[in-house]
Amino acid sequence: MAAVLTASTAPPPAPYAGPWQRAWRRLRRRRGALVGLAVVLIFIVLALFAPWISPQDPIATSWGAIRKAPDAAHWFGTDEIGRDVLSRVIWGTRASLLAGVVSVSISLLLGVPIGLAAGFLGGWVDSAISRVTDAFLACPFLILAIALAAFLGPSLTNAMIAIGVSASPIFVRLTRAQVINVKVEDYIEAARAVGNPPLRIALRHVLPNITAPLIVQATLAIAAAVIAEASLSFLGLGQQPPAPSWGSMLNTAKNFVDNAPWMALWPGAAIFLLVLSFNLLGDGLRDALDPRQR
Amino acid sequence: MFEYLVKRVVTIVPTLLLVSMLIFGLQQLLPGDPAKILAGEEQDPTVVAYLRTKLHLDEPLPVRYALWVGGVLRGDLGESVRMQQPVRELIVQKLPVTLELALLAFVIALAIGIPSGIVAAVGRGTAWDTAANVFALWGLSTPNFWLGILMILLFSVQLGWLPASGYVSPFDDLGANLAAMIMPAFVLGNAIAAVLMRHTRSAMLQVLNADYVRTARAKGLSERTVVLKHALRNALTPIVTLGALELGTLLSGAVLTEQVFTIPGFGKLIVDSVFNRDYAVVQGVVLVTATSYIVLNLLADLAQVLVNPRLRG
Amino acid sequence: MNLKRRSLRPAPWFALLLAAAPLLACAQTLRVGLGEDPDVLDPSLARSFVGRIVFAALCDKLFDIDEKLAIQPQLATAYEWSADGKTLTLKLRQGVTFHDGEKFDAAAVKFNIERHKNLSGSNRRGELAPVASVDVVDAATVRMNLSAPFSPLLAQLADRAGMMVSPKAAQAAGDKFGAKPVCSGPFKFVERVAQDRMVFERYAGYWNKDAIHFDKVIYTPIPDATVRLANLKSGQLDFIERVASSDMEKLQADKKLKTSRITEIGYQGLTINTGKSEQAQKSPLGRDARVREAFELALDRQGLVQVVMDGEATVGNQWVAPNNAFYAKNMPVPKRDIARAKALLKEAGVPNPSFTLVTPTTSDAQRLALVIQAMTREAGFDVKIQSTEFATSLNMADRGEFEAYLLAWSGRADPDGNLFSFDGCKQPLNYAGYCDAETDKLLNQSRSLREPAERKRVFEQIAARVLKERPIVYLYHRNWLWAYNAKLGGVRNVPDGLLRVTGLKLAP
Repeated sequence: MAAVLTASTAPPPAPYAGPWQRAWRRLRRRRGALVGLAVVLIFIVLALFAPWISPQDPIATSWGAIRKAPDAAHWFGTDEIGRDVLSRVIWGTRASLLAGVVSVSISLLLGVPIGLAAGFLGGWVDSAISRVTDAFLACPFLILAIALAAFLGPSLTNAMIAIGVSASPIFVRLTRAQVINVKVEDYIEAARAVGNPPLRIALRHVLPNITAPLIVQATLAIAAAVIAEASLSFLGLGQQPPAPSWGSMLNTAKNFVDNAPWMALWPGAAIFLLVLSFNLLGDGLRDALDPRQR
Repeated sequence: MFEYLVKRVVTIVPTLLLVSMLIFGLQQLLPGDPAKILAGEEQDPTVVAYLRTKLHLDEPLPVRYALWVGGVLRGDLGESVRMQQPVRELIVQKLPVTLELALLAFVIALAIGIPSGIVAAVGRGTAWDTAANVFALWGLSTPNFWLGILMILLFSVQLGWLPASGYVSPFDDLGANLAAMIMPAFVLGNAIAAVLMRHTRSAMLQVLNADYVRTARAKGLSERTVVLKHALRNALTPIVTLGALELGTLLSGAVLTEQVFTIPGFGKLIVDSVFNRDYAVVQGVVLVTATSYIVLNLLADLAQVLVNPRLRG
Repeated sequence: MNLKRRSLRPAPWFALLLAAAPLLACAQTLRVGLGEDPDVLDPSLARSFVGRIVFAALCDKLFDIDEKLAIQPQLATAYEWSADGKTLTLKLRQGVTFHDGEKFDAAAVKFNIERHKNLSGSNRRGELAPVASVDVVDAATVRMNLSAPFSPLLAQLADRAGMMVSPKAAQAAGDKFGAKPVCSGPFKFVERVAQDRMVFERYAGYWNKDAIHFDKVIYTPIPDATVRLANLKSGQLDFIERVASSDMEKLQADKKLKTSRITEIGYQGLTINTGKSEQAQKSPLGRDARVREAFELALDRQGLVQVVMDGEATVGNQWVAPNNAFYAKNMPVPKRDIARAKALLKEAGVPNPSFTLVTPTTSDAQRLALVIQAMTREAGFDVKIQSTEFATSLNMADRGEFEAYLLAWSGRADPDGNLFSFDGCKQPLNYAGYCDAETDKLLNQSRSLREPAERKRVFEQIAARVLKERPIVYLYHRNWLWAYNAKLGGVRNVPDGLLRVTGLKLAP
């Protein structure tokens, strides 16, 4: 009787929060990461709704308005053949976000399965894969990307492939290390004992438990990929005209930095903001998803 | 210990072989005929034919690879066709320049990254944390070629404090050398600063909550002593190892930084040679770079294992 | 400050010299910024434009050209053609020595011409092809025997093919000569660090040493135009070449700097595949001359010059500029005519022709392609821009795997150098694949005639044929843009774009 009376006045028990919800709560508390996330979302909106948000046609040239300083008609000024810089920056969000996301997706698609195979199968498969990965990692990343991009031909797609392939060894190594850590856990042993085929174990038991560090690395890799695309464009190997991309805008703008600094200011600022946001977000995710942190 | 050493050294060989194949393939498979590019404007057919023979371009790929590897094992890395200089000579000329740049960049990265890391760890979760984060991260977030051009405009053209480009050997004039290197080193070091900051922060956080630190606090030691004496030491121990691992990033960054500041180092040499299809130069330089990177990593691993035998696995 | 090396005069001069010693000792160094790193410094093997700038200080030539492109004596003081034009006799300057002390004489000239022709990988072979043999008449006279009359020979001898190196040094070094070149110019080679600098110091035994006012010249390659200009502005350089056209306006206002603009002897053009490969037949532009004419009429050349080059170019429609003595006045620059362009396209049955324009990745070329794309759209053209890295584009051009290709040519002093290789059947630079027997005959004729008036008549005939077919649409002639310290005097604006160090002086 007493227990029932006491029980009815106590507050109902809190719902059980799973690991992802707990991580999200931890992330919410890190202001830097939230700011980063917000900015990334803003850029995604810009990219998706570019045709409606952009004030003018990004490839419309105007011989009379070459390299005009920012004014009421062109908030960010015009470039060397009279195109509106603000519109090009907005449309350029697509190329840069695409460059970041697609490159990293390629890296994940290549790196994770190979890393899984190496970590899970061990033996000579592991040795062979590790040697090849070491070889790739020993060459400076940008050199690999330049050589690949030069090989494939200058275009945004080829730049993304080049960056994606050059960055995949990092994911191979990361995945492999995580798999080796997790392989010895009890639940894997249990799964194996029950008779699950290796592929099933890999996909259903191992993979979900190693996603956290992969997400963190992927976020940081997107930041690096955006910069890599800008670098390749600086050398003439990325997005080709007239389609806008921040990297190629910087490449052209560097010739006019003295008499039309706005041409470089805004795409440079855009790259900076986007990359910084991904970095902040990535750092925040690392803290939030790290099981050791309180 | 000895077995471990041998095991590790042995694994270098296949890796190096793969590197050589990777870079050879990437170069030789590039579209465009190097004989035509190196033949100059007039495109004289006799010159093109001569260059094709000299570069063995009509031989099958495996033969060219064997010729190149054979030369490498003899110490002959080939010759730059554009500049008619042995690659080995070019490397000896330019390696010290890039090494100096990388070293200065690392020092600057330490000067930015470690204090930021300390501030971020001590003020964890507060605005200080975010501020320190942003401070260290902004270097990683800005394209280095862009930052370089901005700095040249400000410090060389507007203020006239520093030279816009060029390189003076430190043995000729140390002051001029540092004046010319400080901007590129800063631009390059910025990117690494983030890595050092993150590492310092997490290493210090690990320690700041540990029992012995709580004991030190309970004993009445000032927070400052706790932080600087105990936590920092934990963070600084693997700095050299980190440096070795970041060498690859430094070299990647050096490529464009050298281009903007016209520093005659490795990076600039590689980019120009890729576009000029000067195969021997790219192959030789990347091979040397990759080898140093692998060897450095090996030494770093060995150092760690010496200190901590449990890692020998 | 005039640094004349005279023997010491009596006491009062000596005292003055001593007092001025610190000033003399902080001797004058000329620091030049180049647009790229030159290739090998061997006149026989050299292939780059920028190398010729360095050679202007290092190696003297038999002849030189002046601001009007006229032949001037340098190592050769006089020349005489035989009546049939197959023999050229040169009188050589006396008292000239090479940097290693060897005498310059007719034997040295013979050695050099033969080296240019026979060294493996020599780029001068084609330039000196008609020279069959060289005879030493006496120590100061040399005779070149040609297999056929060849009037552009003098212009060739005013360029790398006429550069004379020391026979002793060349024989000792073989093809490694470029590492330590020994020539006979006003400055001798000291050191070279690839991609960093080339240092030369004054040669005390130069025959024209009174005109040389510097003790040292240092060439620094700085590929980025913005950084190159920054170096000039901050005082680290005295002279830079290839200033970006967009920077010129601000430079005019800078009192500490002077600028030069010189119409180049080359051109910027658009090459069309009219017969190099089957691509020519598949492309509307390649197979129908009317479409090409419509394309040319859709262009506003003045607009191109204004937007792409900031006005720093001269419109042109031929391989030489309109102010050149050999410009064919019978074919003037056409005005833009969209109506006629559209009519021609209708007549040809392709109102909306579409083709791909292979464009180098340099910013100038990219800008040009974009403007061409926009301009010709008004007449109905759909130009697709294909950015291609230089190395790859050369390959494509060679195999005819293109429809149109934006190509510029640095230019040669004699109009034959801008014409023969491009419009002669199967010539190495004839990417268009243009081949016409009558044109070939006229081209050979222009080479064999010596009288400028006669040659001009032949060029006019060639122009009438070639410009109607339009294998190349010539767009404009760019300006060489230089910027230098306002105190630097004696700068000569020669249309080949090379800085000549003779006569240069830095005022105190």
